[in-house]
Amino acid sequence: MAATVALYRTSIGKKTVMAVTGIILYLFMILHIYGNLKVFEGREKFNAYSDYLRTVGNPIFFRTELLWTIRVVLLVSVILHIVAAVQLTQRSVASRPVRYVNKKETDATFASRTMRWGGLVIFFFIIYHILDLTLGTAHSGTYQQGDVYGNVVSGFSHWYVTAFYLLAMLALGFHLYHGVWSMFQTLGINRRKYNRFFRGLALVSAVLIGGGGCVVPLAILTGIVS
Amino acid sequence: MATLASRGATASHDGDAGRTLNLTLQVWRQKNATSAGKMVTYEAKGISVDMSFLEMLDVVNERLIARGEEPIAFDHDCREGICGMCGMMINGIAHGPERATTACELYMRHFRDGETITIEPWRAKAFPVIKDLVVDRGAFDRIIQAGGYITAPTGGARDANAILVPKADADAAFDYAACISCGACVAMCPNASAMLFTAAKVAHLGHLPQGQPERDDRVLRMVEQMDVEGFGACTNIGECAAVCPKEIPMDVISYMNRDLLRATRRKDREAKTSNE
Repeated sequence: MAATVALYRTSIGKKTVMAVTGIILYLFMILHIYGNLKVFEGREKFNAYSDYLRTVGNPIFFRTELLWTIRVVLLVSVILHIVAAVQLTQRSVASRPVRYVNKKETDATFASRTMRWGGLVIFFFIIYHILDLTLGTAHSGTYQQGDVYGNVVSGFSHWYVTAFYLLAMLALGFHLYHGVWSMFQTLGINRRKYNRFFRGLALVSAVLIGGGGCVVPLAILTGIVS
Repeated sequence: MATLASRGATASHDGDAGRTLNLTLQVWRQKNATSAGKMVTYEAKGISVDMSFLEMLDVVNERLIARGEEPIAFDHDCREGICGMCGMMINGIAHGPERATTACELYMRHFRDGETITIEPWRAKAFPVIKDLVVDRGAFDRIIQAGGYITAPTGGARDANAILVPKADADAAFDYAACISCGACVAMCPNASAMLFTAAKVAHLGHLPQGQPERDDRVLRMVEQMDVEGFGACTNIGECAAVCPKEIPMDVISYMNRDLLRATRRKDREAKTSNE
């Protein structure tokens, strides 16, 4: 235990926290995007699916017990991910007090360069997303508890809501393109022979999760779902 | 001598021999560690394309001395790409525009006539500027002192092959041992992180049987020292490997992370067993 505590004090230990919480959030996103696509099954099935999320695990877990367990895990993961990111960013900023007059980049990608900015966009998006579709307090249109299908359709009939969601999904896609590969690197799982596989996995994850998140807003915008 | 003189010409483009460049240099000048520095512009006329970057600076310095000015201070030693002493940001890239090349092996033929070249020292809190382009890389030495060695009894030379090393491990160890500690990885990293350097040293000894007894302590101590020195945190961007003159690959960073996590688990397990 002492060694694990000492690990967290190192920069690599904090990176490990980011990687592990990153994996938790990544796995959640796969399920979340997959679940979203059930909107194409129609109002009845989509609402039934959202209600099922409250009863899942029954009878071991009572209603919403498992849901709340997962919510707590996700919340703790997000907080740890951000705290570690802030601490590491402070360290990195402090490590170069005098900047270069002329500094170019060679192998940096747009995704790797914008991890912190993308993370910030995603952070504000998560808050808005919960206020919009979970609590309904920041919902554009009429919010009706339990009618998830109706809430999604009424929210995305406003172009600015759709625009912000698409922007956030773009940021998420880039965040995952660097982050998914990076977490295997940080956890020491990546090796030379696996590198192409993890790069490929990151690309597929970015396209499917980022792109998958755009499908529902776009379907409502184009009238496929109404 | 004839062969030496023609070497540069053969390697250059046809008709390049004898070609010269007129360049404008913007160089970071800083009197000492405590004074404030600034970029100063110099004209460098009639520079042969067959000169190395450091030879070009030598010529500029000779002219500065002739004019009674202070020459530009820069680190250099072997001038054949193996010592790790030279290193500067040339046009915003550590060791300049050519891959797998130290500043001493960078030839002027890679620059255009009339080009403006910016030259800056490595920038990192852990690498304070001593003078002009010279930085103190003692932080790297202290990382090595923290564990980048093997404790071995000295004395008579051991028999060759007394410790067998599989060929693949020997090759890998050699690849990582190629690190010359020049500091380009830190200089180029957007986070001024020393992960590639530290990882190369960890991976070098980690691939050899002689490195095994101290493997856990080595990685724990070297990482701790790396943080103490004030290097930034790696975000796996890969600028380090891109400018490494010895082409140390990014996967050494994963290797070091793996070693560190394993060492942490073992330390905790040892502590648990000794308590029982």
